[in-house]
Amino acid sequence: MDFISILSIFVMACFVGYYVVWSVTPALHTPLMAVTNAISSVIVVGALIAAAAAGSATSKWLGLLGVVLASVNIFGGFAVTARMLAMYKKKDRPAPVVQNGGGKS
Amino acid sequence: MEHVAPPAWSMLAYLISGILFILALRGLSSPSTSRTGNRFGMIGMTIAVVTTLVVHMPGWGTQLACPGGTPDCGGFGDLLRFDVVTSFEILAAIALGGAIGWVTARKIAMTDMPQLVAAFHSLVGMAAVLVGWAAYLNPQAFGIAGPDGVIEAQSRIEMGLGIAIGAITFSGSVIAFLKLAGKMSGAPILLPMRHVINLGTIVAILGLTAWFTRDQGLWVIATVTALAFIIGFLLIIPIGGADMPVVVSMLNSYSGWAAAAMGFTLHNTAMIITGALVGSSGAILSYIMCRAMNRSFISVIAGGFGAVASNGDAAKTDRPWKRGSAEDAAFLLGEAENVIIIPGYGMAVAQAQHVLREMGDQLKAKGVNVKYAIHPVAGRMPGHMNVLLAEANVPYDEVFELEDIQGDFAQCDVAFIIGANDVVNPAAKTDKTSPIYGMPVFDVEKAKTIMFIKRSMGGVGYAGVDNEVFYMDQTMMLLADAKKMVEDIIKALAH
Repeated sequence: MDFISILSIFVMACFVGYYVVWSVTPALHTPLMAVTNAISSVIVVGALIAAAAAGSATSKWLGLLGVVLASVNIFGGFAVTARMLAMYKKKDRPAPVVQNGGGKS
Repeated sequence: MEHVAPPAWSMLAYLISGILFILALRGLSSPSTSRTGNRFGMIGMTIAVVTTLVVHMPGWGTQLACPGGTPDCGGFGDLLRFDVVTSFEILAAIALGGAIGWVTARKIAMTDMPQLVAAFHSLVGMAAVLVGWAAYLNPQAFGIAGPDGVIEAQSRIEMGLGIAIGAITFSGSVIAFLKLAGKMSGAPILLPMRHVINLGTIVAILGLTAWFTRDQGLWVIATVTALAFIIGFLLIIPIGGADMPVVVSMLNSYSGWAAAAMGFTLHNTAMIITGALVGSSGAILSYIMCRAMNRSFISVIAGGFGAVASNGDAAKTDRPWKRGSAEDAAFLLGEAENVIIIPGYGMAVAQAQHVLREMGDQLKAKGVNVKYAIHPVAGRMPGHMNVLLAEANVPYDEVFELEDIQGDFAQCDVAFIIGANDVVNPAAKTDKTSPIYGMPVFDVEKAKTIMFIKRSMGGVGYAGVDNEVFYMDQTMMLLADAKKMVEDIIKALAH
């Protein structure tokens, strides 16, 4: 792909992002941050390419470390978002109070 | 290894995962669609990772990555070569990181969410730096250099900017994490000449990135990386605790731009779309937070807010104020028709959200109309209070934003303020000399009775200003730990 096509995708995506994010309800701004954090770990793609490529041992180890860091983020980000969103379920009955403030999902 | 253009189907797969990420954010427009959205995000990420593995992994995508089957590419020979990673090593790396992330996400308390998000931002930043360096050291693998190892000029700029933004995100997020976790003082640290130092460093980073297009030397990119780590640190240390919601949003934005810059380097659609989404998301959240504090983005970045917290201490304790007991509060709350509860960060610190919900339930059982009012900057990150109330099983349709509930205070019998202060300070509307002047605040003074839970009369909000509400005729100060006081009110209500 040439630079102009890539730039076009980028600029369009910025506009999409602008409109999509303004439509997010303020009550869900914390899950929004958690999930944007999780999806920005798509940088793992670059780390995987670096790790899998032949040619430089240093580059391979940097890539592998990148894979570990990004994986923390992918699994952690999506899991914590899912945990938060589960709390926003409509409640039909008063659920029991959790006194210790956590551990419940 | 000679770079081979990725197959067309993989480009399509990356595009699909980019679209799924858009749908993930779209789902957050309402709590009912949000869980489906999160699942779209997970599917998108799976598609991106699997596609990359199939195309690039040794042994799996041999035919695709190495047409012609060159002897040093793919096959069992790779297992013995030090510079080629094995499938096992890659899967182990994913499993290790995944396990750490998953366990952390399960265990973290909701009150600690801001520091968790800051820590996660730092990982994205570091990953961007690592990928950028890997691309610099092995450019042919990414298809950005000729056989002679000379990297294309345009790729060098993208690489330099990606590494710089990633490094700023990393060191900035580490400082934000330390401040939010209380491992470092939340007070702003002001260096002399800091604006000159910061501006000089940024100019140096941009200048060196430009020079990088002429000189591909290691020292250039190493200096850019080092300077970017330093500037990330310098940018965040002067910013005080009250401005943390803006800082967390801003670093969120940076982590997106870092991913986008790497997407440009790797010509990867999924990374570019995601980077743009995350970058604009963080930027919009920063804007919303700044607007809610009536502060300009520049003044937040310049830092120093909350540094002089004690200029009016002497005058304020002399004025008369009324102290109430839990029994008095319970009586008035039980008799009320409309109650608006205003929680702030103090509620989170006291872990009082669960007992607060219990008190709300008791009042509802008595026929009282209970609503919760949340200021955009309540808590340490955007939407933090909403999550804490959701955790305590407060139905989200009882929780209102500032502009939606402002008109209800005139009909409100009791405004119940727990752990909030600056967001109910009328000085923001009247006193032009106040540091919080112009910030939108709740019109609590229109309520018939104001109950203010506070630990003592001594402390003031983050802005360090006295609050007129303490001394109003209709105000009842409930001086105690927030959780203890609410528990006592519950007991008194039960009688």
